[in-house]
Amino acid sequence: MNKLILGTAALALSAGMALAQDVVRLGTEGAYPPYNFINDNGEVDGFERELGDELCARAELTCEWVTNDWDSIIPNLVSGNYDAIIAGMSITPERDAVVDFSEAYVPPTPSAYAATSEDADIEGGVVAAQTGTIQANHVVDTGATLLEFPTPDETVAAVRNGEADAVIADKDFLVPVVAEGDMIFVGEDVPLGNGIGMAFRESDPDLKTKVDAAIQSMKADGTLNDMIRKWFGDEALVWGDAEGGN
Amino acid sequence: MSVPAASAMFASCADPGTLDGLSWLACYLTSGKHMAFYAAFGTVLLLLAITAPVALLFGFGGAMAARSRFWPLQWLGRAYTAMVRGVPDIVFFLFVPIALDQGIEWLRHQVKCPDWTEPVRRGSDFVVCAEAKLPLSTSAQWVHESYGFALAVLAFAVVFGAFAANVLYGAMRAVPRAQIETAEAYGMTPRQSFWRILVPQMWVYALPGLSNLWMILIKATPLLFLLGVEDIVYWARELGGSKTQIYDYPHPDWRLYYFLGLLVFYLALTRVSEAVLGRVTVRLSRGQATLAGESQRKATQ
Repeated sequence: MNKLILGTAALALSAGMALAQDVVRLGTEGAYPPYNFINDNGEVDGFERELGDELCARAELTCEWVTNDWDSIIPNLVSGNYDAIIAGMSITPERDAVVDFSEAYVPPTPSAYAATSEDADIEGGVVAAQTGTIQANHVVDTGATLLEFPTPDETVAAVRNGEADAVIADKDFLVPVVAEGDMIFVGEDVPLGNGIGMAFRESDPDLKTKVDAAIQSMKADGTLNDMIRKWFGDEALVWGDAEGGN
Repeated sequence: MSVPAASAMFASCADPGTLDGLSWLACYLTSGKHMAFYAAFGTVLLLLAITAPVALLFGFGGAMAARSRFWPLQWLGRAYTAMVRGVPDIVFFLFVPIALDQGIEWLRHQVKCPDWTEPVRRGSDFVVCAEAKLPLSTSAQWVHESYGFALAVLAFAVVFGAFAANVLYGAMRAVPRAQIETAEAYGMTPRQSFWRILVPQMWVYALPGLSNLWMILIKATPLLFLLGVEDIVYWARELGGSKTQIYDYPHPDWRLYYFLGLLVFYLALTRVSEAVLGRVTVRLSRGQATLAGESQRKATQ
């Protein structure tokens, strides 16, 4: 009983403190390593976890992490179940019509095809991609047959078990997959999207302003580039490279 | 409010990269993520334990309404069963909780923030004042999870209640007319004959239909993830997916094994349900004017 009272008191106290500050709920997918994933302790981890925590610290916000299915990640943002999306989401005009994006925190990175053999047909064969991504749209444009899956992991599994000839995704996601040894990159890298940013409700410009300022300060002092190199390797595109920019 | 980091269960699990064989497996199966998976079994069982009686209550209400001689009530009962049974579950599950959630928040918004001048609907955004949010965005994560769970129970109960209403409606009509006539001949009011004669006897007719519903309900829990409640199928898919070196315990695609585990769980649950339902049928058949009741009577003579 004592424990219960203590727990309630602690809860009330922490709730009181949180009210004073402002809690921002960050929605992520938790299935797109190394951007975001659920680690073996069952917590959100990855590049975006570290980035999000740092951005919240700089913007002096109290942040909490929430995971949500990719399919319903935008609807749940606009209906107010969380306040921002930080889930490796590329900035596109179609999405921008529904939500507001922060400035990009990852420069426009290429997407790439991976397959189990060199001669995989990425132009006319079956290509796996995650539903509702810029890569899925790209496959439709190339004329290949699109095979869609709700999670990124399933797109890779489809290639391994022969269901699809190749998978297309952000190259940063595929690099560790290819490093496992049983798959290789095929074809040319494809430049897609305008970089990756956080998404906010259009009616929430204050939060966007705060986060934008935090992203700018991380770009200015080089911590963002360090973080990108830490999670995506030394070859990763960073801010200040020729292609970088908004 | 910070959640203590779920630490490894054994001290030897601190550095999984150095482990192999059985000790690796022991550490792997006791990781924080696996603990969440095991807890999800409890979530599913809890959901079933709460939803089944609530759905039965909805069903009983629906059946009583459909039988009512007061026509608006009868119309309501019939409309409920017809509409809910006709709409695909997945549509219902996306619609009811979101509509309910927004409806409640809108009402709270009207009460708590009367001075708010900006519109609630702005384009695709649904914006209410911070005090009207349910749960408050400052609430602990478990409050959010309990709220999602409660919405899930309600959605399940509404859907399965409609099916149960139809089953119970049929069962009420299956009780032999002679039983009711006898009750009336003894001078019972319609209310008395309903509660004392009809209801105790109808269950044996309802049981086959209700047991079907129970079996379907058991298997419907993956719909939970639509509402953000992480059930066992979600965790099996998440844990089974191939893991690269970025994870503490990298492994190839093991979904097959996880789904096999789920298969065993669901089959065991089905077996237990069948045993329990069998006993209930025997108990309910006692003294009934049915074939099963009659053979029981002969056996004890």
